[in-house]
Amino acid sequence: MKVIYTDSLVIGGGLAGLRVAIAATQRGYDTIVLSLIPAKRSHSAAAQGGMQASLGACIKGDGDDEEVHFGDTVRGSDWGCDQDVARMFVNTAPKAIRQLSAWGVPWSRVTKGDRDVIINGEKVTITEKQEAHGLISSRDFGGTKKWRTCFTSDGTGHTMLYAMDNKAIQLGIQVHERKEAIALIHEDGVCYGAIVRDLITGELIAYVAKATTIATGGYGRLYAITTNSVVSEGIGTAIALETGVATLGNMEAVQFHPTAIVPVGILTTEGCRGDGGLLLDKDGYRFMPDYEPGKKELASRDVVSRRILEHMRKGKGVASRYGDHIWLDITLLGRPHIEKNLREVKEICEYFLGIDPAKEYIPVRPTQHYSMGGIRTKATGESQTLKGLFSAGEAACWDLHGFNRLGGNSVAETVVAGMIVGEFVADYCFQNSLDVKGSTVEYFMKKEENKITDLLVRDFGENPFELKAEMQKIMMDDVGIFRNAKDLEKAVEELKILNQRAKNIALRNRVSSSNPELVEAIRVPKMIKLAQCVAYGAMLRTESRGGHAREDYPERNDKDWLKRTLTSWKDDSADLPEVTYEELDIMKMELPPASRGYGVDNTVHHPDTAKREQEIEEIKKNNPDVDRFELQKLLNPIPIPEKFKGKNERIGRGFK
Amino acid sequence: MSDQERILKFQIFRYNPQKPGDKPRMVTYEVKEATGMTIFIALNDIREQQDPSLQFDFVCRAGICGSCAMVVNGKPTLACRTMTSTFEDGEIKLLPLPGFELIGDLSVNTGKFMRAMSERVESWIHEKSSDEISFEKLEERMDPDVADEIYELERCVECGCCVSACATKRMRPDFLSAVGFMRLARYSLDPRDKRSDEEFYEIMGDDDGVFGCMTLLGCEDYCPKDLPHQTQIAYLRRKMALIK
Repeated sequence: MKVIYTDSLVIGGGLAGLRVAIAATQRGYDTIVLSLIPAKRSHSAAAQGGMQASLGACIKGDGDDEEVHFGDTVRGSDWGCDQDVARMFVNTAPKAIRQLSAWGVPWSRVTKGDRDVIINGEKVTITEKQEAHGLISSRDFGGTKKWRTCFTSDGTGHTMLYAMDNKAIQLGIQVHERKEAIALIHEDGVCYGAIVRDLITGELIAYVAKATTIATGGYGRLYAITTNSVVSEGIGTAIALETGVATLGNMEAVQFHPTAIVPVGILTTEGCRGDGGLLLDKDGYRFMPDYEPGKKELASRDVVSRRILEHMRKGKGVASRYGDHIWLDITLLGRPHIEKNLREVKEICEYFLGIDPAKEYIPVRPTQHYSMGGIRTKATGESQTLKGLFSAGEAACWDLHGFNRLGGNSVAETVVAGMIVGEFVADYCFQNSLDVKGSTVEYFMKKEENKITDLLVRDFGENPFELKAEMQKIMMDDVGIFRNAKDLEKAVEELKILNQRAKNIALRNRVSSSNPELVEAIRVPKMIKLAQCVAYGAMLRTESRGGHAREDYPERNDKDWLKRTLTSWKDDSADLPEVTYEELDIMKMELPPASRGYGVDNTVHHPDTAKREQEIEEIKKNNPDVDRFELQKLLNPIPIPEKFKGKNERIGRGFK
Repeated sequence: MSDQERILKFQIFRYNPQKPGDKPRMVTYEVKEATGMTIFIALNDIREQQDPSLQFDFVCRAGICGSCAMVVNGKPTLACRTMTSTFEDGEIKLLPLPGFELIGDLSVNTGKFMRAMSERVESWIHEKSSDEISFEKLEERMDPDVADEIYELERCVECGCCVSACATKRMRPDFLSAVGFMRLARYSLDPRDKRSDEEFYEIMGDDDGVFGCMTLLGCEDYCPKDLPHQTQIAYLRRKMALIK
């Protein structure tokens, strides 16, 4: 049995995983990163538009700070997020971006003086301050009160990931590429690493560690059409689920991005609309102001996606052989802007659509994009139920995003969570010694060996590619943007059957080393379980919140549903997960539930909401002289790691 | 895009070094073309419908991550964004990128090569205080045009096309190649990196570095991101020639 020991094992080499690895390494702990692919190819690289941090240097970001970012994030989440986490996050994001600047990200900078921008379809001249010249700039994104999204053209994720991986290389952090974690090693509620398959040789290796961090991204590939890269299959999340001990949070919270190109589902960044692009229907009519007169194209993603679908259902979509779509018009931004700030979008249009977006409209429609759900953690990033297991980034339900994530908050989460969780991982390594029994490691190794042997000797059975396609179709058809009991019940029943069939996979290519079919056969049963967590959670949640929109329960129901779905899969022979709920305590919220400001507000309120509002009013009245920092402490005192506690400087206001 | 359905003929290099006794060979597969089909879609179709052992690498399938470079009808390029409709006779020959360790079939180990390249050119900001400065304070200012220029050079996706298209690399196994030069150009332009020209000379001032380049410029011809290799190599070479 091959065993590799380390202090801190990180599964996933994207932004979040690398940042955790850097934190633990800088604190002196030996760290190994496992990755399916070279780290720089991770899905983080596909983030185009930018990272939110309230630097407020650009004139349209003037007046921005942690409070405004906090409010936008909480409202964006439809009050589903953990406000303690959101508070830690907004406070740390400016530090994260400045650190990345020191590590080499060439953030776009403010140029002093006049410049023309497109706002609400009109050309407007804005004047950047002299004293902001050379500071990190920002652009507009959906669901935000200020221009807060910092960027490098539309290759933000790429430059961030390159800077992060380069930093990891500088620190000598080992990245074991083409390795896949297929099971976690755990005993008595403590995690001790993972059983890992070498994707080239097929060898199984036990990576034994004090702390294990899962940072494998989202589960977008449960859907047939997604903006996600092909590695975003949720396998890290699934191996946590398969322990039967760790829980997943809010798996039904899935985001659909309004503008992915048709038919392939490749993303065009929200920066297209942030920079002034418009959505047009088959008549060339700009329809968003009719639905959302306030934020128009820049409403929250979940809202825009639903409005597009609503409009297409009225027969206003553009018909194509791949179904209806609408148009994204960025021609009004002009060629120089597109070639400078939207160049990846331009390349994508040229190569995949054969069009020039400076002259022609882009065919787009809402497409699966982001997984708000994931491994449920405490604010420290550690699983609530499996000690020593941590998670960060899209793989986690930390829970920064609740039921809808704001554009620009995902890459921000990866690095901020990486910084914060990384510190707690290091603390864990300091406080604990590795006391796993050899027999425990051997037990998990044997179990995985046997599963693979079974796959290699079975003569007849299911085709893993077909099972996967069937699962993806169920998710597309019945667990999409608009949901209802009938479709969801059907999806749950069909996924139960798939779960049974997945126990009987047989291979055509019976080779234990490098073998794409075997990889699929190992992953597909895990993916079907995850899909069931999404479908079942969606079926049970009889309300609409953020990205979870029930046609039969259109109202947000705080009275009964202001709670987080927790899923665990304790019985390996079961076809359904066990579901429990975690209440959100309004009486601790800095920002009690209210209307998000979209459409008609038909929220069913929780009795605590009015109580808490009154309490907050009194706190404010009784403390008239406190500044925003002191007020925040009075409203909801939360522990922030010492390193990230400090106030953030901004031009024109110092540290205030 | 043509509406006519046609049968594409793929000739694909097959060899699995992990499999005892396996021999390199070309195998032909036929695929019914679909509208908007890319090589990414076609290869998955072959794997799912015809031969589940076929190895290849895709990640983003959007031309962003650089995983899928291979030799398509003699030219190194990103397979994911190559439309099958661009091949008039419907015949497509696929080979793995030369110059890299073969994993199997169309899959090569660019990751190993690129990590070694990054270590060799020390692909990071050299500034002693970068881990000590306070991130609560305003960030160091940068000329907006310089930031944009750095981004232009940082758009490299480490796909390896330049390495495969380089004749010098074929003759000199340790030749740094255009990907390495571009990285060095990027850091030498960056005011945050405090390395001197003399220090850069230590990295690239020999025949395995920028003086070895025969200026055949396959890198310039085949870079999928249209990076300015020719200009940057000329610039680095002139700069290095002035040292000592």
